[in-house]
Amino acid sequence: MHLEEFAEGTSFFHRLDPRVKLLTLWPYIAVIAVAHGPVVPPAALALSSAMAVVAGLDRRKLLNRLAAVNIFILMLWLFIPFSYPGEELFAAGPLTVTKEGLFYVLTITVKANAIVLATIAVLGTSEVFSLAHAFVHLKAPEKLVYLFFFFYRYVSVLHEEYSRRRRAMKIRSFRPRTNMHTYKSLACLVGMLLVSSYEKSCRIYSAMLCRGFSGKFPLMDHFSLRKHDIIFGAVMSMITIAFIIILNVA
Amino acid sequence: MHISEGVLSAPVLATGALLAAGGAALGLRKMDYERIPGVAVLSSAFFVASLIHVPAGPSNVHLVLNGLAGILLGWMAFPSILVALSLQAVLFQFGGITSLGVNTVIMAAPAVVSFYLFGPLIRRGHIMSILGGFGAGAAGIGIGSILVAAALVSTGESFAGVAKLIVAAHIPVMVIEGIITAFCVTFLKKVKPEILEVAK
Repeated sequence: MHLEEFAEGTSFFHRLDPRVKLLTLWPYIAVIAVAHGPVVPPAALALSSAMAVVAGLDRRKLLNRLAAVNIFILMLWLFIPFSYPGEELFAAGPLTVTKEGLFYVLTITVKANAIVLATIAVLGTSEVFSLAHAFVHLKAPEKLVYLFFFFYRYVSVLHEEYSRRRRAMKIRSFRPRTNMHTYKSLACLVGMLLVSSYEKSCRIYSAMLCRGFSGKFPLMDHFSLRKHDIIFGAVMSMITIAFIIILNVA
Repeated sequence: MHISEGVLSAPVLATGALLAAGGAALGLRKMDYERIPGVAVLSSAFFVASLIHVPAGPSNVHLVLNGLAGILLGWMAFPSILVALSLQAVLFQFGGITSLGVNTVIMAAPAVVSFYLFGPLIRRGHIMSILGGFGAGAAGIGIGSILVAAALVSTGESFAGVAKLIVAAHIPVMVIEGIITAFCVTFLKKVKPEILEVAK
């Protein structure tokens, strides 16, 4: 299972320190999430799109991601313009579309896409393990990071096992349909995945103890800040602060 | 069963984040270092299992299995679901980073409820454990979809229509998850009963 679709590359974003990415992206997207009005959401969408361009992301994969995100948003388009109170724009039969409702759902769409683009451009361009590593340096709860580390390490292992078992079912002419036999077979498949993951984890822990695990993972390498990290951090912080000021003035 | 970025209001996002942080802190306290690999690899299995699509008439649904995760992991379902959702948010943009707290609560709170309500049933006889399994699977989805609706409606009254639609759409999913979870619990009791004691 290839998960890190955007992590390979040599763009500016691929070379940034993951600690700086985490520290600066979070406030940026948090401000976008709570933003409203006519200025900040479109400005954020423009900036985030620019980031995606600089990151040199594969256009087709990126559009696939955005399409997936916008399916949920599409559902809102079917409801909000009609149910949001405000000035009537036009009536379609018994339903009336309000100007405020249309603006509201448009804002949601712009904000969602701005956040997603920034997330892919900034975090998607780092390997997941280096983000986890950065979290340790940023003093996140150790146990949570360790949990994440093992979880991510074994997702692809278990996915391989799942595919193998699924193939074995197919060879034995299993075809999923809406019936109890299908539900029972799939439940047993899930059960087997859980059993084998449990047994695997027991072996992993024994192996860790054999190698002297005492509740700590030693950190072998450290990150070092370079000039472009500091510049990126400063620019992102200034943008975020500018957004906050605009939101408070308006 | 997740809400994407940019939709919810600031108070809802903040409440979700606080509740998720509290639940995760409780779960982490229950999780000693020796349990980390066990909880983590079970989380990977749940993550992979959620990719399974189950036919339901003309359409199909993907498994969520948060009720089963609750029965197996108890409060540790909070950190388990938190790490799974953060991976999804970073890699696939399902859910999202700003809505991570809300989405964690949506899935993990019903898991903990299932643990307390149906966990004891599962340790009893055959029929009781089937009922307990069904209840956990159905409650996982049912309570989760109500929480989705609650988060949307607290953001704005205009979400009421979508919220109702979401709850209604999850009723068949509840039944399917209930059936699968019941079969799964029966299977685990036969094949590996220790696994049902991980949370103890």
